[in-house]
Amino acid sequence: MAIPILFVLSVFLGIFAYTTLVERKALGRIQNRFGPNRVGRWGILQPIADGLKLLIKEDIVPRRADQFVHFLAPVIAVIPSILLFSVVPVGTRLVPVDLNIGILFAFAVSTVSVLALFMGGWASRNKFSLLGAMRAVAQVVSYEVPMVLAAVAVVMAVGSLSTLRIARAQSGGILNVTNWFVFRPWGFVGFVLFTIGAMAESARTPFDIPEAESEIIAGYHTEYSGFKFALFQMGEYLASIAMAGITVTMFLGGYNGPGSGPGWVGGLISMFWFFIKLAFMIVLNIWIRGTWPRVRVDQLLGFAWKVLLPMSIANIVAVGMWHYLTFRPLAWVATTLWLVLWFVTLSKLAATENVAPRTYRYAS
Amino acid sequence: MIQPLTEEKQFTRTPGSEGLIETQTLEVSIGPQHPSTHGVFRMDCVLDGETVVALKPVMGYLHRNHEQLAERMAWLGSMPYTDRLDYLNSMSNNWAYALAVEKLAGIKVPEHAEYLRVIMSELTRILNHSCVIGFMLQDLGAWGTPLLYAFRERERILDLFEAVSGSRMMCNYMRFGGVRVDMTSKDLAVAKNIVSRFPRFLDEFEMLLTGNEVLLARMQRIGILPKELAINASISGPMARASGVEYDVRKIDEYGVYGRLDFRVPVGNVGDVYDRYYIRVLEMRESIKILQQALHDIPAGPHVAPEVKLRNFKIPPGDGYGRIEAPKGELGFYLVSDEGGKQPYRYHVRPPSFINLTTLEDMCLGHKVADVVIILGSIDIVLGEVDR
Repeated sequence: MAIPILFVLSVFLGIFAYTTLVERKALGRIQNRFGPNRVGRWGILQPIADGLKLLIKEDIVPRRADQFVHFLAPVIAVIPSILLFSVVPVGTRLVPVDLNIGILFAFAVSTVSVLALFMGGWASRNKFSLLGAMRAVAQVVSYEVPMVLAAVAVVMAVGSLSTLRIARAQSGGILNVTNWFVFRPWGFVGFVLFTIGAMAESARTPFDIPEAESEIIAGYHTEYSGFKFALFQMGEYLASIAMAGITVTMFLGGYNGPGSGPGWVGGLISMFWFFIKLAFMIVLNIWIRGTWPRVRVDQLLGFAWKVLLPMSIANIVAVGMWHYLTFRPLAWVATTLWLVLWFVTLSKLAATENVAPRTYRYAS
Repeated sequence: MIQPLTEEKQFTRTPGSEGLIETQTLEVSIGPQHPSTHGVFRMDCVLDGETVVALKPVMGYLHRNHEQLAERMAWLGSMPYTDRLDYLNSMSNNWAYALAVEKLAGIKVPEHAEYLRVIMSELTRILNHSCVIGFMLQDLGAWGTPLLYAFRERERILDLFEAVSGSRMMCNYMRFGGVRVDMTSKDLAVAKNIVSRFPRFLDEFEMLLTGNEVLLARMQRIGILPKELAINASISGPMARASGVEYDVRKIDEYGVYGRLDFRVPVGNVGDVYDRYYIRVLEMRESIKILQQALHDIPAGPHVAPEVKLRNFKIPPGDGYGRIEAPKGELGFYLVSDEGGKQPYRYHVRPPSFINLTTLEDMCLGHKVADVVIILGSIDIVLGEVDR
């Protein structure tokens, strides 16, 4: 019990620290610049320097802020994110806590973080903070729904809420790969839905509207400085890493990969595969952040309710079909057709006639 | 502890709010310290939830007494100050001022110098437009990627400006009757190289952005400026053309050698943010065409009219208005010379960004806060020019 918890606290906090560096480096390369390269070779000491700087920075609390809630919000922002890691099976021999309601626990805990955002925004007594907090609540609550429904598909297929059993259900097949849920029609759709939902839930671009820099300065953490600000950032990054971990577990086969197995060697190989997949998800997040503009708050909510929600319900039906059509080729064809039909219909419905490429004339 | 919001003075009740829940409007002061007001500009917004119900632009934080200063100094003395009006486009500011003085004093500019002015001015235009699109997408939340791509191209142009005029941004390049220094053949080769490379950058830029769904959804039907309002508010430049007004000083006045150059003026239909974005892209393509012709046709000759004196330069009494198509719109200088004629008696600037900014509220009403910043970005303001 103690070793997995120590592992989670040390390894994932380290991953968090270096994700910030990798993100800045990768964004730098995407944007045709170098990124941090002053502190240590390739800037590898940058996270330490940043942490130190934020620790010794002056902690400013607005005079009219609610002192206690203002203090409490960043703390609450971090704790649920760390708790999320407790149900992520990292390897065949390294599962922090095997809860039989693992997925439910993950969702329950991740929802708590929205409370922190709202507390922070409200207690700061800043209008930009308040706007950010309002946006955060609307966004997280809306995206929770399609995300949970996307997870329901997996839970139905496995028949358990335990993350470990979900990971085990994806072992076997050719090279431990072909049984990953992402290689099923419903699994692929669920993966896309869940990834979008996870990005929105952790307020990552293109859904970073609660802290939209160009609109509301920094949203709910406008009035936070020093390490309280760092805690907010930490909570956000840890949540997105943990959500990446849960996505990997549910759809990308978890720790399964060529060579993974129950023994010591297999266990080490399984950890290797898990972290490779985790890195893939993190880099995907960074890549999207570097290339996409931000959506507007009403478009974001419309997208959640009008596109993601019906699609995730259709996906649940697809899992049901998959379960009852035991003749596999038929199940493949039926579920694929069903999902493509829904996708086409929803994208037709979601597309407004206002938005289209235009042609231009020239003055005579 | 937190007091209820009703006790806060600045929260006023919406007069017409009906419904089950009693709602209040929220007054937010965006700026002068804000990441996307493009300088020290302030917008007093009244919000109903996220929707803008009133917006008042507040200007003057960067007032530097430009016009009064110019009335106290010799004609040539305010040439470097014009650089600081629209500090992205010092070359075209110089030209507008030089043109006004030349009109007033009746100076004839040699042909070589006119071509140099066209080259510099059009390079300024592509520099400005690419940066503006970058800034606008920064406001859209694209995290600086398009902006830094635009800055990569801008850097090449700025290097050329530095090689020719000695300064990257504050060029102080034009003189009455010509330009300060001639471009060497090496400089011209560099300019040709920039021009030949630029379409590739523009294609890449467009490939990444123009068809992007998020960008289309954010930009189309946002901040519509009707054609009538654009004319009534004397909007000029790409903003007017995006609203369908066929107005380009280059075509109307045919100042410089624009009458001889072959280019088209793109015009939009809707007048929304997307049109203002795309008109700029199309204008850059036209500028490339102008530059290719100008660099090809440039004749030999003096770079400045030899009869114009630098010292003791006097203008007989009279008044004159010189205007050019600056990247942001019609930039005009109104000058009055009186007895003595050593300095302007009256010096007035018609700044395009300031006049284009006047319709901000009309465009923003009913849109979300998030749209306000991109509408402002699409107007393309530089505070040095707005406040002067």
